[in-house]
Amino acid sequence: METFQTIILLLDATFRVATPLVLAALAGMFSERAGVVDIGLEGKMLGAAFSAAAVAAVSGSAWIGLGAGILASIALSLLHAYACVTHKGNQVVSGMAINIVVAGLTPTLGYAWFSMGGQTPHLGGDARFKPITLPFAEAAHDIPIIGYIYSELISNHNIIVYLAAASVPICAWIMYKTRFGLRVRAVGENPHAVDTAGISVDWLRYKALIMTGFLCGIAGTYLSTAHGAGFIRDMTAGKGYLALAALIFGKWRPVPTLFACLLFAFTDAVQARLQGVELPIVGVIPVQFIQALPYILTVLLLAGFVGKANPPKSIGVPYIKEK
Amino acid sequence: MAEEQVKFGATLKIPGWVSYALIPFVNLLAALLISGIVILIIGDNPLEALKVLIYGAFGYPEAIGYTLYYTTNFIFTGLAVAIAFHCGLFNIGAEGQAALGGIGVSLVCLYFDNLPIWIIIPLAMIAAAIFGAAWAYIPAYLQAKRGSHIVITTIMFNFIAASILTYLLVDILIDPNGQSPESRPFIETTWLPYFHDFIAMPNTPLNISFIYALVLSAGFYFLVWHTRWGYEIRVVGQNEAAARYSGISPSKNIIIAMMISGGLAGFVGINELQGVQHRLILDFTGGYGFVGIAVALMGRNHPIGIFLAALLFGALYQGGSELAFEMRSINKEMVIVIQGLIILFSGALEHMFRPKIEAAYRRFARVQTMGAS
Repeated sequence: METFQTIILLLDATFRVATPLVLAALAGMFSERAGVVDIGLEGKMLGAAFSAAAVAAVSGSAWIGLGAGILASIALSLLHAYACVTHKGNQVVSGMAINIVVAGLTPTLGYAWFSMGGQTPHLGGDARFKPITLPFAEAAHDIPIIGYIYSELISNHNIIVYLAAASVPICAWIMYKTRFGLRVRAVGENPHAVDTAGISVDWLRYKALIMTGFLCGIAGTYLSTAHGAGFIRDMTAGKGYLALAALIFGKWRPVPTLFACLLFAFTDAVQARLQGVELPIVGVIPVQFIQALPYILTVLLLAGFVGKANPPKSIGVPYIKEK
Repeated sequence: MAEEQVKFGATLKIPGWVSYALIPFVNLLAALLISGIVILIIGDNPLEALKVLIYGAFGYPEAIGYTLYYTTNFIFTGLAVAIAFHCGLFNIGAEGQAALGGIGVSLVCLYFDNLPIWIIIPLAMIAAAIFGAAWAYIPAYLQAKRGSHIVITTIMFNFIAASILTYLLVDILIDPNGQSPESRPFIETTWLPYFHDFIAMPNTPLNISFIYALVLSAGFYFLVWHTRWGYEIRVVGQNEAAARYSGISPSKNIIIAMMISGGLAGFVGINELQGVQHRLILDFTGGYGFVGIAVALMGRNHPIGIFLAALLFGALYQGGSELAFEMRSINKEMVIVIQGLIILFSGALEHMFRPKIEAAYRRFARVQTMGAS
């Protein structure tokens, strides 16, 4: 029973860590499937985390904070689109510039507005998303295994965790079953064909990037107003890049990306437990190795040693209309 | 279009001072303008801030020493990114390569410290270059032979390098008498000589690796424009298909360019660790690798441009710490904002002002020629 409980606790932690990864990776999916490289996921999340926490602290409502987080992230996404789509700028440079600007701007504004060393005030009450107890969770707690799983693992998360879970089928549906999704996929593979069909490549990429901003905004909001209780400088700590790695590991498809996120989150949860624990055969595994594992796996995948990742064909190439 | 109206259909050539001085200047101005607005928002005076920044970077001898010390790091990483750019590669991994280079330098300074300084210096340089180059070799090989995209692999390698550095400092190289994750101090005989050891100036971290950076810049110019290697690297960067048809191997040159790039980035460890910190510490790379991209972009991948851009960012680093010290509401993160905005305007938005400025120049030049004839 104790092992069982440990596993449930591990999975529970996995869900919490995976939530922002899933949202950010799906965000990246829209951008990258439309042919725009987005290494700015990190900056968008950080910007959203800050504005969500700042607005939630002032307004006292987590929902208004969520709105602000989404708006900030969409604004950054539009900046990315303006540089890369309108002006055909280098997409990697643009993403990196956004990451750096946001990394500097959030503590600067935080320091000026709240005078708390770059943080936002501690969020409590309605300014924070609280865990939701699903119906019958209390009653089901004593039913062995299934009831325990339901009450401990499935219930008692905040709304954004469930939102992230729901976003996977929704995004898959948008990507594969709607006209917009078809066009996004087409523009990432062959923008000339899309242009010939009389559809504006630029506007389509703008729309895809707005989707990216929207999802990244939720991911960032989760960090500061649901998982944490306020903004701390650099609180994304590389999660945007990890999400990007998960997206690549999931071969730019929603369901495999979800599993990649869960895998990466699981290594994170395990890492916390394995600290200094002696394992049979291998002995003590350095924490840093487990931390680096997602990146090592992604490199191996990219190198074609574990499966093969085929990126969208025209990714990273600005579309210049022939005159 | 402007060029169609020029006599005999000849395109009016845009002179160098427009593309290499005017346009970067306008981009820089735009970045500073937005930074000024940010400073206004947080309730301070942007002009006052600019004054403090410039004084803090160049106003007195000590400031100049610090500025040049930061400049040294930016020259290394700027050259590193630039050589990869010449080969058409985007090396976003200078940060990780610098970390590995630093490990190489530290191993020499920790374990060969009984050797005389004139052996230590070249040995540490070689170690920095080999470690940095080796770390760049893997993504380069994967790009050249397996087609994995170098931007993504080098990002991943930055994280892996950070993990290796942390592991070494927490578990292996940690000072047995210390608590924090850093190595024992290097003994004084392995330290690089400071500038203030030779010339009359106040004590600053400026050390002889600055001279080394200048020598490397000259070497960079020679390598890229006056050797066969450099020529091949540039051909691959300009047109891979053309290179292949003329018998130049793209994969070989991708690997060579990236290894040179990694080696150059590794030299950050010389300046930072052997020159100033005198021990291996966490995060000594301090974002120099990322800013190196901005330096290369602004400097148009040419050593002179890179030196000027490195000086600009060095001044920003040093002036920025003065700014954080002098002004009430500005802290050192403001410098990061300015840096990011410079990268945004001179990198990502480089095509925003360029066509307008070029068109304006053409209009202006045409009016002049017409007036003359």
